Amino acid sequence: MKTINLAESTVRDLNQALHDQAIECTEREWEVLEPKGQHNIACGLDQNISVDIKGPTGYFCAGMNKKAHITIHGNAGQGVAENMMSGSVRVKGNASQAAGATAHGGLLVIEGDAGARCGISMKGVDIVVKGSVGHMSCFMGQAGSLVVCGDAGDALGDSLYETHIYVKGEVKSLGADCIAKEMRDEHIEELSELLNRAGVDEDVTAFKRYGTARQLYNFKVDNTAAY
Amino acid sequence: MSDDINVKPGLRESATFDRNTMTEIRRAAETGIYDIRGFGAKRKLPHFDDLLFLGASMSRYPLEGYREKCNTSVTLGTRYAKKPIVLDIPVTIAGMSFGALSANAKEALGRGASLMGTSTTTGDGGMTPEERGQSTKLVYQYLPSRYGMNPDDLRKADAIEVVLGQGAKPGGGGMLLGQKITDRVAKMRTLPMGVDQRSACRHPDWTGPDDLAIKIQELREITDWQVPIYIKVGATRTYYDVKLAVKAGADVIVVDGMQGGTAATQEVFIEHVGIPTLAAIPQAVRALQEMGMHRKVQLIVSGGIRNGADVAKCMALGADAVAIGTAALVALGCNHPKYEEEFKKIGSAAGFYDDYHEGKDPAGISTQDPELMKRLDPVAAGRHLANYLNVLTLEAQTLARACGKNDLRNLEPEDLVALTVESAAMANVPLAGTSWIPGKGF
Ligand SMILES: Cc1cc2nc3c(=O)[nH]c(=O)nc-3n(C[C@H](O)[C@H](O)[C@H](O)COP(=O)(O)O)c2cc1C
Repeated sequence: MKTINLAESTVRDLNQALHDQAIECTEREWEVLEPKGQHNIACGLDQNISVDIKGPTGYFCAGMNKKAHITIHGNAGQGVAENMMSGSVRVKGNASQAAGATAHGGLLVIEGDAGARCGISMKGVDIVVKGSVGHMSCFMGQAGSLVVCGDAGDALGDSLYETHIYVKGEVKSLGADCIAKEMRDEHIEELSELLNRAGVDEDVTAFKRYGTARQLYNFKVDNTAAY
Repeated sequence: MSDDINVKPGLRESATFDRNTMTEIRRAAETGIYDIRGFGAKRKLPHFDDLLFLGASMSRYPLEGYREKCNTSVTLGTRYAKKPIVLDIPVTIAGMSFGALSANAKEALGRGASLMGTSTTTGDGGMTPEERGQSTKLVYQYLPSRYGMNPDDLRKADAIEVVLGQGAKPGGGGMLLGQKITDRVAKMRTLPMGVDQRSACRHPDWTGPDDLAIKIQELREITDWQVPIYIKVGATRTYYDVKLAVKAGADVIVVDGMQGGTAATQEVFIEHVGIPTLAAIPQAVRALQEMGMHRKVQLIVSGGIRNGADVAKCMALGADAVAIGTAALVALGCNHPKYEEEFKKIGSAAGFYDDYHEGKDPAGISTQDPELMKRLDPVAAGRHLANYLNVLTLEAQTLARACGKNDLRNLEPEDLVALTVESAAMANVPLAGTSWIPGKGF
C-alpha cells in the first residue's frame, strides 16, 4: 500500500501519481491522509486501483472516475463522483449537493445523507443513498438508478427521462413528469441487486418506485404550465 | 418595408406593424406557441459595417501589400496550459453540435479548419471520431448538458471550452427537437430516440464564479494541466463577466455577441437578449486591461463575422482571434441557391432558411437525414471552407498592411473611426471626421 499525506504533498502531486497508474500500474492500494476538505482529490483516475481517503473531501472528489474504487472516510463536498464513468465511489459520511451529477456509469454509495440535486442529469450511474436526499434530486435524470433508503426532498425526479428511482421513506413532492409506478418483479430484482452491490441491508418490499410519465418528452403547447 | 416601385396611394405600410410583425402575430394566433428557429439575430444592429479603417498616408507608414509580411498566427492559452494552441490564422470555427449538424458537416468543418492550420470546436452532443480525426486542433466544449462528456475525449482535446452561454441566447439552454434524434445522436446523448432534448441553461454541479474556479481546476487536474481552458460567455454584462472569468482561471475568454448563430432558440430570445458584438469587445478588452491581462488571457470574439474587414476590426478593438459559425456553414453550402426548389417545398427560400431544428436542410448540413446528409461531400465542402478562411485572412492582412501593421494583432482602436454615433459610443472610437467619442471613458 502506498500512502500519501496531503499535509505534505499537493493535490496535484497526488493526482499525477494516481494518473500515472493508468500507464503502468505499480501499486493497487492507495491511502490518502489529511485531505482536510481540499478540492479535486483523486479526480480523473483511469485504473483499477483502490484509494482510501481518510477524512473529508472538498468539491469534485473522484470526478470523472473510471475503473478506480474510491472510499471517502468522512463527508464529501459538492459534486462527488461527478461524471463518473465506471468503478465505484463510497462516501462513509454525508455528501453535499450534486453528488454523482451527470455520471455515466459505476456505483456511488453514500452511507449518510446527500444534499440537493443528488444524481442531477445522471446518465447511467447507479446511486445508493442509505440516508435521505435533498430537493431536486435526479433532476433531468437520463439513465441509471437512484436508490434512497431515507426520504427525498421536494421535486424529486423533475423532468425525468429514463432513470429508475426507488425511495423507502417519504417523498416530499414529485417534480414535473415524475410519477409513482408499480413495483414489478423485474424492479424488485433490480433493487435487490443494487442494494446487494452497495452492501446495504434493506427490505426491498418497503420501497416505492418512481419514474417518468413521458409526458414532457416532446414539446406540446398544452404542457406549457409544466415548464 | 414597402417596395418603392410599388407604392400606391392608400397603401402605406406601418413601420411598427410591418409585414414581418403581422405575419408573426398571425402565426402566434394560429399555433399558440412561440417561434423557434436557428440562425442569429436578423434585425439591423450596430455592427462592424459602421466602422472604417484609417489607412496610412502622410502621418502613418503603410506596408507593401505583396512584399512585406503581415503575421497572422496567434497562440492561445499561454497563461497556464503546458501546451498552448498555435493557430496559423486568427479565425477559428465556433462550437456547433453534432446533432444540430450532420456528421458530414462536422467532418467538413474539421477538414477546412485543418487545411488552414486553425481549430474547430465540438458542441452540445459530444465529440465524434469523424471530427476528431479530421481536426488537427480540436476544442472540446464542456456544456451544462454534459451529453457524451467523458474523460477520454477530454484528454484527446487540444483545448477545453467551458460554455456558460451563447450570444444568441445568453441565459438560455438548448433544444434539439425529436425529429433530429437519430439512433446515433440518441446514443451519444444517452436518451431515447425521438424525444426532444433539452440542454440545461446552467451547469449541474456548480453555481457562480467561485465554484467555477474549482471546476476549472478539476478539468486541469483531469488533463494534467496540459491544455488551455476557455470560458465562453454570451455578451451581456461583458465587463463583469470577463473579470470574473479571468479570476476563475480562464486561459482564453470567448465572447459571443447577440448576432451569434444558434441551432434552435426562441425567436424572441435571439432578437431581444444580449448586446451587439461591437458593443461587447471594448468592454471585454477594458476588463482585461484593468487586470493587466490583455494578451495574457486571450480574447476570442464571435457573432456576425462575415469577412476579413470584420476580422480586422475585431482585432483592432483588441481581440486576439475570432470565431465563426454561420459564415462557416454558408461556406460549406448552407442556404445555397442551387437548392431553391427544395427550399420552396419546405416553405422557405435560399438565403432565408433558418429552421435548422427541423432537420430538413436541403443542403445536408443541419440535418440527420441520411439521404440529405449525403449531399454534402465533406472533402469538397472542407475545401470551400478553407478557401473562405483564406480569403478572410488575406482581406484582414490587406487592411492591416494599409494601416502599417506587420501583425494583425498590432491593429489598434486608433486605426478605426465610426460612421454613426451609436457605433462610436459602443466601439469607443471617434465619429469619422471628428475627435468625438460619445460618452468617452464609458
Ligand atoms: C448550427 C449551430 C449550432 C451551434 N451549436 C452550438 C453549441 O453546441 N455550443 C455553443 O457553445 N454554441 C453553439 N453555436 C453558436 C456558435 O458556437 C457561435 O457562438 C456562433 O455561431 C457565432 O456567431 P456566428 O454564427 O454569427 O458566426 C451554434 C451555432 C450554430 C449556427
